[in-house]
Amino acid sequence: MKANTLHFAALGFAAALAAAPALADENAELIINGEIEIVTRTAAPAHLDGAFDEILSGWRFRSDETQSMEMDDFDNPGMIWVDAAREVWATPDGSEGKACADCHGAPEDMAGVRPVYPKWNETAGEVFTLQMMMNDCRVNRMGAEPWGTDKGQSIPMEALLASVSRGMPMDVAIDGPAAETWEMGRELYYTRFGQLELSCASCHEDNYGNMIRADHLSQGQTNGFPTYRLKNTKLNGVHSRFKGCVRDTRAETFNPGSPEFVALELYVASRGNGLSVEGPSVRN
Amino acid sequence: MKRRVFTLVLWVAGLGVAHADTVAPGDVVWQDGTIPQSLTGVAGDPAEGAKVLSSKSIGNCIACHEVTALADVPFHGEVGPLLDGAGDRWTEAELRAILVNSKEVFPDSVMPSFYRVDGFIRPGKAYTGKAADDTFGPLLTAQQIEDAVAFLMTLD
Ligand code: HEC
Ligand code: HEC
Repeated sequence: MKANTLHFAALGFAAALAAAPALADENAELIINGEIEIVTRTAAPAHLDGAFDEILSGWRFRSDETQSMEMDDFDNPGMIWVDAAREVWATPDGSEGKACADCHGAPEDMAGVRPVYPKWNETAGEVFTLQMMMNDCRVNRMGAEPWGTDKGQSIPMEALLASVSRGMPMDVAIDGPAAETWEMGRELYYTRFGQLELSCASCHEDNYGNMIRADHLSQGQTNGFPTYRLKNTKLNGVHSRFKGCVRDTRAETFNPGSPEFVALELYVASRGNGLSVEGPSVRN
Repeated sequence: MKRRVFTLVLWVAGLGVAHADTVAPGDVVWQDGTIPQSLTGVAGDPAEGAKVLSSKSIGNCIACHEVTALADVPFHGEVGPLLDGAGDRWTEAELRAILVNSKEVFPDSVMPSFYRVDGFIRPGKAYTGKAADDTFGPLLTAQQIEDAVAFLMTLD
């Protein structure tokens, strides 16, 4: 009997904590270089079915110092890779002797691309991440070697394409031919993996705003990727982040580039539809 | 050769003695949602239990719970309730149950089950990201459970 009454008390306490997230600075707003306005808080998309009232960028959960590093490109270490990728963009590679620039013009002409990926690819008959699309160009149009997922030039190039779309709202399609992949991603999101039996939702839906040991849990949004992390002082891809989170549940992870992580990337991106593209962002 | 075999036999026998009274994860006896029986027959040590709760590499309970008595260890989480007073709120048999398999007490809880070895989806080899192998075991040993329970009983 004692147990029964007290479960109730314990549950009540947990709920009270969850309802009052202790954000670093609730009112800080993100404007990059004094001109690019970033939406870091907005109404949740309808397909979240009320899981959240509003969606929040991971930026809002970081400390004042980490937040400020993203407010000026000179302070954002991720921009070093963006600059390096500009050179790769213009350099011919592969048997066709072509560069990205030969077909696409300036990187700025690609504004609007990042927000709609992952996206259904009609020719391939599957959902493509931005990295898969880049490799499709490399292999089929340039006659060049594909880059590895979250490896080599993939991440800098993804950061360049993100940077030119900063401020534009994430807007991935989840219906039509992408629907099946999206469903698979949603299934994975709510699966409690590993010996700790934690799903993405256990941390990022049920407990965002709470501390888990020294970490302030965010909603696990992907609008900021690639992300420069103070922890490993480099740019990190979405799949690598997923891998780390699944590993932390004491589970056998999936690999970057796997069909599971492609589906999860689409699903998680859709949870952030409406937040601005922010990459390369700064996180800890 | 003969000597080697002999040593091995002795070593195995030694292990057997040390663990004679230890209840394996699959053999834990439940009674009305509680576990009245000690898992080892050896009284829990609250000081060791405090280490189980605090240490990242053992129970890491404070990743999710705040415990005032452990205030000298930095970074307590907010995912679970404050554990102050747990020894007043719960009996020893109830605390043992919560630790062995939280889900039997709090259905769908995010709290991990610390003395259970089956029913996981894609269990891994600790935090390596690789698949579990034959080294797979419960998150805590039977004695660590007893020590943690003993510590929690001091929280009034
Ligand atoms: C045990 C808790 C836990 C689980 C389970 C978990 N994560 Fe995380 N995740 C974290 C922590 C801690 C961070 C770093 C702080 C933050 O941004 O929330 C993080 C960060 C992230 C980020 C980076 C957010 C940003 O703004 O940079 C993404 C994306 C993410 N997680 C996605 C996922 C997905 C998808 C899953 C499931 C496959 C998952 N997480 C499962 C704890 C977890
Ligand atoms: C991933 C998070 C997490 C971890 C790790 C965790 N717990 Fe919990 N624990 C919870 C939650 C959440 C609850 C509340 C029950 C519920 O709502 O699911 C809880 C409930 C409890 C309770 C009952 C609450 C009360 O009234 O005092 C005790 C006791 C407890 N946990 C002890 C521990 C101990 C000891 C450990 C480590 C060996 C531990 N927990 C590890 C999340 C966690």
